[in-house]
Amino acid sequence: MTDLSLHIATSDGPAEEAGLRDYWQLLKPRLMSLSVFTALVGLLVAPGGVHPFLGATSILWIAVGAGASAALNMWFDADIDRVMKRTRNRPIPSGRVAPSDALAFGLFLTVLSVTMLGLTANWVAAGWLFFTIFFYAVIYSMWLKRTTSWNTVIGGLAGAFPPLIGYAAVTGTTPVEAWLMVGLIFMWTPPHFWALALFVKLDYHAARIPMLTVTHGRDETRRQAWLWSLGLVAVSLVTAFTAIGGPLTLAVALVLNAVWLQRAWAMYRRTDAEAEADKHLAERRLFKWSLIYLFAHFAVFVAEAALPFGGW
Amino acid sequence: MHQDHEIHVRRRGRNFGLLAVLLGFIVVIFGLTVVKVTSGGFSEAFDHVARPALVPDASLNEVPATSAPEVSQ
Repeated sequence: MTDLSLHIATSDGPAEEAGLRDYWQLLKPRLMSLSVFTALVGLLVAPGGVHPFLGATSILWIAVGAGASAALNMWFDADIDRVMKRTRNRPIPSGRVAPSDALAFGLFLTVLSVTMLGLTANWVAAGWLFFTIFFYAVIYSMWLKRTTSWNTVIGGLAGAFPPLIGYAAVTGTTPVEAWLMVGLIFMWTPPHFWALALFVKLDYHAARIPMLTVTHGRDETRRQAWLWSLGLVAVSLVTAFTAIGGPLTLAVALVLNAVWLQRAWAMYRRTDAEAEADKHLAERRLFKWSLIYLFAHFAVFVAEAALPFGGW
Repeated sequence: MHQDHEIHVRRRGRNFGLLAVLLGFIVVIFGLTVVKVTSGGFSEAFDHVARPALVPDASLNEVPATSAPEVSQ
């Protein structure tokens, strides 16, 4: 947006000026915090270690990269955001940020974050960061989100990469341990999101987004959440027997997964009428546990690496 | 008397925010430079010789003094 266009806008009536807060909102800071946390874990559990300043700045560039993909997603999804109540007040649909500004912002941050991560850490990590941004902005946002009900699964994959990037920033490699951390978040995302979709009235149907609850029904969503939970448990237990795991991880994983399975089963074995009757108690309980689950699981990886008795 | 243009008044918060971000960027670049230079991992000032980073095991390339070829007259 040029200064000239601003003058024209203000002379017709005050168009709300975009502030720093609006650009911050374009980065989806809440999603960014998950990326920062899991990338930090990937960096801390990687063997070899890294200079603290290089580690901190690597995390900064991963966070900026996550923000860049969010900005590009908001630019492309502005038409959807305009329709849904939850997203109507975002910077682009509210008119505070011009779509072209958001696009330029996202592209600039993409180039900045990938280049800086390459210079700070290595080009393997930078390459995976670029792939993640591309996957989220192009493969997910522009293509599959609007065409398939597996969009949650595909979108979840993009959110699963930060620990691998953090690991690669230290070692320059992506061994099986890094991929298992990706697998953990990948398997965790669908049941986490579907539990939320079952108790919050998300108006995706108004925006014509093919969510599983709409395309396949709520019963099928419960069944899918249960099946993905089984996959999650399998990946979780495998991580305990790798270089990033150990006896402590195994013990914590057993508890986390036992509670998860109990709650996912409770959600699966009931009807919508029962859910309505107790205001979606089982769905809420699984959703809350999913937040604790991911945090605790990744925290135990760090504990395993940091404690003197950690590891096998 | 000097009077700020309306757009400067309106964008004051945003401009100061951008200033803070740019100053932060300078600090990060400066810090990276210091760490990279002092750890010696970023630039290797070798010319016309094999870079040590490219040699799998530098000790293997050392020619023992006793095995140096003798020059026959």
